[in-house]
Amino acid sequence: MLALIGTVPDKYYPLVSGTVTLKGDCLFLDGHETSVNRGTPAMIAATSMACETLGLSKPFCFLVGDEGVGDGSRKLYEHLKTRLPAMGAKVVTFHYLQPDVDWHNRILLALEERGKLPLLIADAGYMYAAKMSGFSPCYDLFTPDIGELAFLADELAPHPFYTRSFILHEEKNVPDLIKRAFEGENAAKTLLIKGSKDYICTKDGLLAAVDTPNVTTLEPIGGTGDTLTGIVAALTYAGYPVAQAATIAARVNRLAGALANPTPATQVAAIVKEIPKALESVLEEIAKEGDGRCAAKKYA
Amino acid sequence: MAFGKRAASQQKSPDRGFLSFHNTSEVIKAKSLLEKKGWKVRVMGPPPELRTGCDMVIEFPLVEQLNILRVLEANKVQPLEAVPVDDPLLKPVELFKTTDYGQYLMVRAANMKLTIEKETLEIVNISGGGCPDVPYLGAMLVGKDLRQSPAPREIGHTLCGYALQLAYEEIKRQCSL
Repeated sequence: MLALIGTVPDKYYPLVSGTVTLKGDCLFLDGHETSVNRGTPAMIAATSMACETLGLSKPFCFLVGDEGVGDGSRKLYEHLKTRLPAMGAKVVTFHYLQPDVDWHNRILLALEERGKLPLLIADAGYMYAAKMSGFSPCYDLFTPDIGELAFLADELAPHPFYTRSFILHEEKNVPDLIKRAFEGENAAKTLLIKGSKDYICTKDGLLAAVDTPNVTTLEPIGGTGDTLTGIVAALTYAGYPVAQAATIAARVNRLAGALANPTPATQVAAIVKEIPKALESVLEEIAKEGDGRCAAKKYA
Repeated sequence: MAFGKRAASQQKSPDRGFLSFHNTSEVIKAKSLLEKKGWKVRVMGPPPELRTGCDMVIEFPLVEQLNILRVLEANKVQPLEAVPVDDPLLKPVELFKTTDYGQYLMVRAANMKLTIEKETLEIVNISGGGCPDVPYLGAMLVGKDLRQSPAPREIGHTLCGYALQLAYEEIKRQCSL
């Protein structure tokens, strides 16, 4: 099972779980409708499309309404503590949740008590909580952007809002930021860093950098990081090793973006629609290449 | 498994902040107000780094700072400072990055990005961030005119909302609004 966990920006949306149905730009779960235009619904839509393309079973989703007050997130944390460990998920992706270190630790402990941890992916607010908790190395993958990488690199920052100025959020500083994040034990085992160039790295260094197709107008579009996280979740569930899944996902997300021919005003739903075509195309290219190595420019 | 860091993290309060006030009566009023609204807060002695205010501070959930400050402001109990518990000297991010796409302009503050169409001043996208009010702010602001949209600090709740407020102020400054 692949479990996806997050929030919906609607305070009236109840705590629901199960598999979703996609219709147009909307996602339906247990009779409740939400737009896929950003956040966790965009991630779920991307994963669902990737799973379908890969011939995998649908992801199992946990969703709750939370507009940032944290009430929905806390309800979901409590539910997950008892429900999630018993589900025996192979891959778990945590997404937009109010960062809460105490609840994060309770859930991690509950998962650990079941024995072997599932493959753990954290993005957005849950990645912030994981970093603050000091348990980042328990995670298999974080998917930060450059600003969030600077936050991981700053051992004192409790949130990206408090990242110290001398730790510059510039693309040219990425190698130094990666080094600091791993040295401070504030990185997951693998990082997929989203930016004008996507970097895939472990504590041993940079494994790959993906910069094609180069679509500069993707950065302003809310949700393109969410779709990337969704695609990599599906690929790890398919059995690809994490770093290879991250490399392929970066390439697929970029291609899906290019196929949507976006402007900075494009909404991410237009990109989600292109994921099946992009995934098939990238996997075909990789099959022709013989392995996944050519999916990215190797970092020299 | 990071056992060393686990032990260390238990000694810290990375997701808590301190609010400092002029005097004790403000502390008591603020505590009562925040508890009534459902927040878990407590009164403590101030750390040595906090040199202003009285001899009591309120510990609060740091991520929810924007919402908490708005509630206090509405009730005329404004704190002198709001700082992270583990390092009260940390300051909000001050650097901005601006990207000009020709027809569009994007400003990033910390982890939040706000993009407008230059000619119409329409907010066309909001990206980045990780707290649950980010998708909410996106839903509320995208498609609105920058001159008429609500400010993120009016409807956001978290530090991501606060970062978006900084990007919003900076893009307004650049547009001479």
